[in-house]
Amino acid sequence: MLNIVKKSLIELNINGEKKLVVARPADTLLHVLREQLGLTGAKPSCKNGDCGACTVLIDGKPIKSCLMLAAEAIGHEITTVEGLRNSPIQQAFVEKFAFQCGYCTSGFIMNCHALSVHQPNAKDETIREWLQSNLCRCTGYEEITEAIKSVLAQKSESAP
Amino acid sequence: MQTVGIGVSVPRKESQDKVTGIAKYNTDYLSPKLLYAWLVTSLYAHAEIKSIDTSEALQVSGVQAVITGNSYNLLCGSIIEDRPPLAKEKVRYFGEPLAVVIANREAEAKEAAGKVKVEYNPLPVVNSPSAALATGAPLLHEKLAFYKRVKPSEIFPLPGTNIAQHIKIRKGDLEKGWQQSEVIVESSFSLPQSNHIAMEPRNAIAEIKPDGKVIIHTSTQAPFDVQKMLSLYFKLDETQVIVHTPLVGGGFGGKTAVQLEIIAYLASQAVAGRPVKLVASREQDMTSSPGHLGLDAQVKVGATKAGIIKAMEITYQVDIGAYVDSGSQMTRAISADCTGPYKIDHVWCDAYSVYTNHTYVTAFRGFGRLSYVFAIERTLDKLAFALGMDPFELRLKNALTPDATTPTMVRLNKSNLGDLPACLTKIKDLINWDEGVRREIGPKVIAKGISCLWKTSSSPPNAGSGAIITINVDGTLNLNVGTVEIGSGSKTSLAQILAEKLKMDVSKINVVMEVNTEISPKHWKTVASMTNFMVGNAVLDAAEDLVHQLTNIAGIVLRCPPEVLEVGGGRVYLKEDPDIYIEIKEIGNGYQYPGGNSIGGQIIGRGNFIMQHIVNMDKDTGKGRLGPAWAVGAQAVEVAFDPVNYTYQILKAATVIDAGKVLNPKGARGVIIGGMCMGLGYGSREHCLYGAGGKRENPQLRTYHLMRFGENPTYLVDFVETPHIIAPYGLRGIAEHGIIGIPAALANALSAAAQVELNQTPLTPEAIWRAKKGVSQ
Repeated sequence: MLNIVKKSLIELNINGEKKLVVARPADTLLHVLREQLGLTGAKPSCKNGDCGACTVLIDGKPIKSCLMLAAEAIGHEITTVEGLRNSPIQQAFVEKFAFQCGYCTSGFIMNCHALSVHQPNAKDETIREWLQSNLCRCTGYEEITEAIKSVLAQKSESAP
Repeated sequence: MQTVGIGVSVPRKESQDKVTGIAKYNTDYLSPKLLYAWLVTSLYAHAEIKSIDTSEALQVSGVQAVITGNSYNLLCGSIIEDRPPLAKEKVRYFGEPLAVVIANREAEAKEAAGKVKVEYNPLPVVNSPSAALATGAPLLHEKLAFYKRVKPSEIFPLPGTNIAQHIKIRKGDLEKGWQQSEVIVESSFSLPQSNHIAMEPRNAIAEIKPDGKVIIHTSTQAPFDVQKMLSLYFKLDETQVIVHTPLVGGGFGGKTAVQLEIIAYLASQAVAGRPVKLVASREQDMTSSPGHLGLDAQVKVGATKAGIIKAMEITYQVDIGAYVDSGSQMTRAISADCTGPYKIDHVWCDAYSVYTNHTYVTAFRGFGRLSYVFAIERTLDKLAFALGMDPFELRLKNALTPDATTPTMVRLNKSNLGDLPACLTKIKDLINWDEGVRREIGPKVIAKGISCLWKTSSSPPNAGSGAIITINVDGTLNLNVGTVEIGSGSKTSLAQILAEKLKMDVSKINVVMEVNTEISPKHWKTVASMTNFMVGNAVLDAAEDLVHQLTNIAGIVLRCPPEVLEVGGGRVYLKEDPDIYIEIKEIGNGYQYPGGNSIGGQIIGRGNFIMQHIVNMDKDTGKGRLGPAWAVGAQAVEVAFDPVNYTYQILKAATVIDAGKVLNPKGARGVIIGGMCMGLGYGSREHCLYGAGGKRENPQLRTYHLMRFGENPTYLVDFVETPHIIAPYGLRGIAEHGIIGIPAALANALSAAAQVELNQTPLTPEAIWRAKKGVSQ
């Protein structure tokens, strides 16, 4: 992380590409992703870390981008939903009807994707612990549970 | 030929966009031209505004303008005009917008908003419906008598009081009903206001072009209402106002209110028409924009010893907060269905919309039903207990059936009512009712509760919809309708309705997702679970028009009368010999003979629908008809209760609903369990907590809790299909209904578990403990 004290040009590594953006020290990563790069998949909802709609990956781990400053993301690999390419969880969300309005979906998908990578054998308790950080107001969570479990089941089947 | 239409779980049309992050919502509308607005909101629930000093705010770099309510002489409201867009002279609720800062960046607008200095002179606060109705209560609206009633036949305020609406239901002879009753019970209930919490906070963008055209981009359920209201308030031609609505990130009724659009318009006006974006923060969305009503209720019911209900007397005091918006309409809707779905000959109901110094309210999933159903269904359990009767049997015995009349004297039939006894019978199996209402298993008590629901819509008598179908050169179709995709999957359902009618693969039907009031056919609003009924009928009408045109042209080409032709699978073919056909892509945009001559031209299918036989309620008796049909259902909840520390786990939640016809099984299950989840949240934890001075104590998701992943129970869902004969394929609207009876069923289960009457929500362990020990708050 660089120390920035005024509006500065900073370089971020986003979805495998290096991007130059102008950021104030107080600008959140969410703000810069959306307003400067047009990566609007991460959604503003509570901007307080309570709902997870803005979840992105930092070095592969889910982070709420409303709680991280853009400056803090310098030198890290940032992945947004736009950077996912045919992650099994995306298709699982479609097949299991795991969204309705879709506004929380990017955040859930990023969290689920990271879970399936880091904890391919996750049991119910771990799934619950990870996904409780995201809120969905449309579904009853049943379909999201089915989606993540179907992906984890595929992963453990394909494991050696 | 692949036919995919109704009864199939078609994934929603916008699925790929939603899982790849490219789906665009109104918050995603970005442009370097945009200016940003931030609301300055009231810190008091009731106070005179002595002064507003904007001088320091105007010094903040990047600030373009600051506007306050004093500059405007405008009152808003679709039923009664009682609400200034920005508070003027006094504030009436905590969080009420009173000024707006417009700046180059949102951060600058927000910083400057903190520097707007407001001096208040606090007034006594009305903090509950009972306080509002008490003798000598402070008045919220001294000028109530002078407000313009936009719908004078639908709202009856009592000037000089805090009563904005009084609805009376007078059915039968109450005295006679009490005489016939052998057992009488009564109860009082208090249910708090709550929030919608659509994940996309409410937001709007306004621009006024040099030619006077007003361009609004907004996250709304009612783009045509935004157009109508803005043109009315600002004396514009309706065609001058163009409203764009992309995908909407959840609504639940909260995005029916026209609020931020008006403020964004004023903000744009203050900066010479430049486009201004106004996004409510989560906290503002929860305090400044309208929420879900609160309800105080008293219910008295009488029955014979055999359990036949004879009389019901009800008072509903609806906490509508500081302004009416649609609070008066929900009060009307609650009254029309006031008894729950039961046969009762003698009914009196007085329902009041009561002004309080709380955030005002607007439509919420179920249009107020979940609150009154709580009161009725808890009372029924109390009656069952007094009769020594199984709560299920009591409901089955009194369930509405065809030929009965509603509280507003509508004669019911199988088509407009559906089959409640069938729903009850199914739910009994689904929840294993025969296991018993209350069982002690080890240290836990397992208990079940049930409830019944019914709901009709309450639209204006002339609510309408349109649909337009065009044909692409590849033979695929475009369906253009004015309904908004808020998450219920209506655009996909409508494509399914069209696919079924034209016997073609639903993947060949493209639905226009965005609504643009300039080019979309009008639709009243995306509310009341009415989309598939209203727009669906318009789609069928348009399809018939399309078929008529296709067979006319095809008849010329195929040299036969149009009557012998049929449309299906993307072709027009001879009924008796489908091998003689022409592809619709060859005639959809004019047919060209091999020699070069052409006939026909572009085929455009057009259809419409308008509500029929809606009758406003009579002022003195309530007699009237608010909607075309009901959807009925039964619900149940099972809990595991710990009698030592009063905690509980919700094990099961079940719904059986008469859907008329299930269009999309997975989609239907999804909206039902989504409703149940929301109902469990309301019953167990959600409430707007107002402190002593009416200040909102929990205006954020850290302190206002929703159901989270993994807290959900096992969901059980089943359907009954009794067709509503004037609806597409017999369907009934069900998108709201999953929520309606769930708080009641939860309270019935917990009351049985804890063996105490639980007549309030939220049902936290502390609330149960207080009820059990008789410890007041």
